[in-house]
Amino acid sequence: MARVHYREIEGRSRGFYLLLTILGIFIAAGLGAAWSMEHQGHHITGMTNRIVWGVPHVFAVFLIVAASGALNVASIASVFGRSLYKPLARLSGLLAVALLAGGLAVLVLDLGRPERLIVAMTHYNFKSIFAWNIFLYTGFFAIVALYLWTMFERRMNGHSARAGLAAFLWRLVLTTGTGSIFGFLVAREPLHSALLAPLFIVMSFSFGLAIFVLVLMAACSWTGRSLGEVVLNRLRTLLGVFVATVLYFVAVHHLTNLYIARQHDVERFFLWDGGIYPWIFWLGQILVGGVLPLALLFGARSRSAVAAAAVAVIAGGFAQVYVLIIGGQAYPQQLFPGKEVSSSFFDGVAASYAPSLPELALGVGGVALAAALTVVGLKVLPFLPAKA
Amino acid sequence: MNPERRQLLGWGAAAAAGLALAPGLRLVELAAARSPEKAASALQRWGLLIDVAKCADCDACVSACRDENGWTGHGRPATDVQWIRKVSLRDKHTGHAQTAPLMCQHCEHPPCVDVCPTGASFKRDDGIVLVDKHICIGCRYCVMACPYGARSFVHEPVSGQKPEVPRGMGTVESCTLCVHRVDRGQSPACVEACSQAMVFGDLNDSSSEIHRRLKSEPSTQLRADLALNTGVRYQGL
Repeated sequence: MARVHYREIEGRSRGFYLLLTILGIFIAAGLGAAWSMEHQGHHITGMTNRIVWGVPHVFAVFLIVAASGALNVASIASVFGRSLYKPLARLSGLLAVALLAGGLAVLVLDLGRPERLIVAMTHYNFKSIFAWNIFLYTGFFAIVALYLWTMFERRMNGHSARAGLAAFLWRLVLTTGTGSIFGFLVAREPLHSALLAPLFIVMSFSFGLAIFVLVLMAACSWTGRSLGEVVLNRLRTLLGVFVATVLYFVAVHHLTNLYIARQHDVERFFLWDGGIYPWIFWLGQILVGGVLPLALLFGARSRSAVAAAAVAVIAGGFAQVYVLIIGGQAYPQQLFPGKEVSSSFFDGVAASYAPSLPELALGVGGVALAAALTVVGLKVLPFLPAKA
Repeated sequence: MNPERRQLLGWGAAAAAGLALAPGLRLVELAAARSPEKAASALQRWGLLIDVAKCADCDACVSACRDENGWTGHGRPATDVQWIRKVSLRDKHTGHAQTAPLMCQHCEHPPCVDVCPTGASFKRDDGIVLVDKHICIGCRYCVMACPYGARSFVHEPVSGQKPEVPRGMGTVESCTLCVHRVDRGQSPACVEACSQAMVFGDLNDSSSEIHRRLKSEPSTQLRADLALNTGVRYQGL
């Protein structure tokens, strides 16, 4: 195969600076929201003692899961030896780092005491999955940086496959860790399942690739680079397979619960009468995030259909993480089987939650940070091939 | 050896054994009543027994806890801190109604301690589960992990703190079993306010009322299926 030529984006047009300005405004709004939450307390958000993880966690988990998935294209090139994807591997690595940075920024700024981050870096309880994740996330930055270096530095190109394998294995462990944050919660009936770890891995494949496809199409289109049909068709099929796999895992998770009498109330809540959550599940997660992209990817053959499918996967992905995290807390914990329960803590009833402006601003700020890091990265280093 | 002499030797041996054992027994006694300067000891396991049949439809335990520990609300129950709450129960089939206090169950295997990334959630050797307010980063993972909804996140600035009960916005807190009182040899404030329905004591001490009653009367743990071995037990549920 001919040597691939990479080139920075020019990054001097009015559109480029306009994009950066808009992203900058969103980042500033996110920081402002975090500042008010820290000074006034979390009571200015929609979060309560029943819903302690709100929309910021939805954004953070989505971005972190997508980050590990965005690395897939690079993995396919160097781990599985598909040279067709090789020109896209650098962009894949950049997106992985940028998305993780955006997600972690949201997670950290949503802490009750973000200024104590140094405590989290110096005091460890190694039984905590959060503590493992601190190592998994920082390790991911380091390994992907190393991997990118082996791709950029010609002398190091020979080590790229090994670095890619390490990054691939690390990302599998990382997403297992993210899924296990929820899967190991024995006290939460809707979440407590070992299936959450592999579910999160396939979610990451799907969300990460959807973001990658969109960024690739936008970058090629805005900088006048050509994007070949062959590559795009491969990505289209791959995204379709990932979307279907997510649907499969979701189906297995719910079918397992439906088989277990103890879990019937959980399923009724999420699939039928749990207020807003069945709507978000069926319309957002299943229809928009599953059925629609499959129809677009395998039904239509246009480029805009691929882009629309990627947007639908991302929207459905947010819906899925929302149902999982917020719905998982809204469902009342069962303390007294066979009894109706009521209390000042709203025991026995679904917890209500409405996202507040500061929470949304913080979450969107994280997305803007990831996008800005990507845009700046594309300008300062040759991540993109001259033609893909 | 004549019988008198044998008896004398027997008494002598008993006296020697007594002298040898006495310091040991004395040590056990000292351990049971430790001074505040000494670290908590695993020889004890503090716990509560709540007799639901004797629990009246009042909130004396809640008020006593609030006064003792200084966690006043802001009239916003969804975000206000609650270290202890009264739950109203009604059997779905028979309609039998009951009411009971619910607070941190001081588990032997506390999920909140397992998940805490910094170790701020911890269990003392004597079984009391606490939050170290200095290293809690406010991640709320413990709130997610607690099966009893026993933990609250401090959503608003706090004022009027009690010197013995440090609190802070942006951290998580819950029932401390009135650890400051227990270390002085007193009972938790809720038990003092409601001695007819609540008993406090050392689950390991065979002479304590709580040990005696748990041995002779039926009792239950909330979510016993999770095998957390709670320090708080209920009767009559």
